Amino acid sequence: MSDDFDAAGHVAHMEKALGLKVEDDWRPVVEAHVSAIQKAAELVLETPMDDDVEAAPVFVP
Amino acid sequence: MNPEKDLAGQTATDIAIAVADRMVSASKVVEASLDRIEHLNSKLNAFTEVTAARALQRATEVDASIAKGERLPLAGVPFAVKNLFDIKGLVTRAGSKINLENAPACKDAALIRKLENAGAILVGGLHMGEYAYDFTGENAHDGNCVNPHDITRMSGGSSSGSGAAVASGMVPVTLGSDTNGSIRVPSSFCGLFGLKPTYGRLSRHGTYPFVGSLDHLGPMARSAKDLALVFDVLQGHDGSDPAQSDKPYLPTQNFLDQGVGDLRIAVADGYFRQKAEPKALMAVDQVAEALSASSMIEIPEAAEARAAAFVITASEGANLHFNRIRARAQDYDPDTRDRFIAGAMVPAGWVLQAQRFRSRFRAKMREIFETVDVLLAPATPFDALPSGTRTITLDGETMPARPNIGLFTQPISFVGLPVVAVPVWLAGADLPIGVQVIAPAWREDIALRVANQLEIAGICSSKVSKF
Repeated sequence: MSDDFDAAGHVAHMEKALGLKVEDDWRPVVEAHVSAIQKAAELVLETPMDDDVEAAPVFVP
Repeated sequence: MNPEKDLAGQTATDIAIAVADRMVSASKVVEASLDRIEHLNSKLNAFTEVTAARALQRATEVDASIAKGERLPLAGVPFAVKNLFDIKGLVTRAGSKINLENAPACKDAALIRKLENAGAILVGGLHMGEYAYDFTGENAHDGNCVNPHDITRMSGGSSSGSGAAVASGMVPVTLGSDTNGSIRVPSSFCGLFGLKPTYGRLSRHGTYPFVGSLDHLGPMARSAKDLALVFDVLQGHDGSDPAQSDKPYLPTQNFLDQGVGDLRIAVADGYFRQKAEPKALMAVDQVAEALSASSMIEIPEAAEARAAAFVITASEGANLHFNRIRARAQDYDPDTRDRFIAGAMVPAGWVLQAQRFRSRFRAKMREIFETVDVLLAPATPFDALPSGTRTITLDGETMPARPNIGLFTQPISFVGLPVVAVPVWLAGADLPIGVQVIAPAWREDIALRVANQLEIAGICSSKVSKF
């Protein structure tokens, strides 16, 4: 996923989907942050995880 | 305590004893603290609000209580709080411009009430990085809070004022918050003892959140004994913080002097020995040697833990601010704004996987703590950076400075383990650097015992800056 990840394309799509305004001079930094988050996420996504591992937050009714 | 001596260097423990024994009045202690704040704050920018009238009134009340024979464990101890804590009558700034439009808080945060009920006296609110998304102490709205040991350098953040106020002797104790390292980083840069308790130990009620899944509160001080004194007062379930656990009270102060002979202590290996400047590792090794800790333990998947914390922080922090970042992004600190915008764009699957990984890493850390009682690791990869530093180079890799100051703190808070950051002054060093003393969940007492032993042995110490 990492090599193919298009941060600029992701930001361009998501800003429209979410109604966000990214000024031109903010865009390179936002794209850099998105790339950093994607790299971090990839590291976690590549970790093999048993199906019975549940997300940490537990709702207590 | 000698009441004639400059009160700036006194610990909370010494002040509380002196006030309780009527060697000095709470009013005199508070006046000295306010004088020092007035003298130093223009240089350091540690305080954003000083509650002088309230503090002097409260000091009068404490003196009256002492005169009636009441015993208060924190009698007359001045303290201040990161400005994300609610202070009755003041707007809770959380380091921002936007929050200044909010109504003033109608009551104090839960932990402020606990400290004041024990005789401590609030003297003000402290500088922080905007919305706690910071490791530097730099803030576009409020200016930079600088390091009292070298004002050309960062105080560390995001509990920047909490670090600078204690290191400069304005107050002996502050409260901060720590989501990914924001108590431990300024403790390292400013040379303090800082306690990040177990996730869920202390009530966060009445504080402005950053990332609810990871937010902790805790004290910073110039001695381990002060941390224990304050931690024992701060405990107690109040039912208002959805993440707070209803754990039994854990007394720590009276068990500090037990020594560490019964503890199995190891140095964290692998991830925690990489991407660190030599001084960070030397500090760990010096502490390890003093504790006769010769074994090294690899912490598997620490890099993944840090990455997962990074993803959760980006997404959950951005979610809290989503409507504001959409409507008025220009009112944020640019360093915060661009990360919130990026965080708003994180796919749900990345965050959910990170939260599942949190469960997995917790299980791994539990296994490790079946074989040891304490882990030692650097608090920061280096000592305080020059203000304005944008990039750092570690192990030949150049990376952005701001997010990577917390390389070593982030995997630990990710699974909520209690940590005391202890300050080391290496031979000939002009600046301190911190070491994390990491204990199993719910065992703050162990980390505090180790910190106290290191302080008694002279391996770790906190100095008031030379102002």
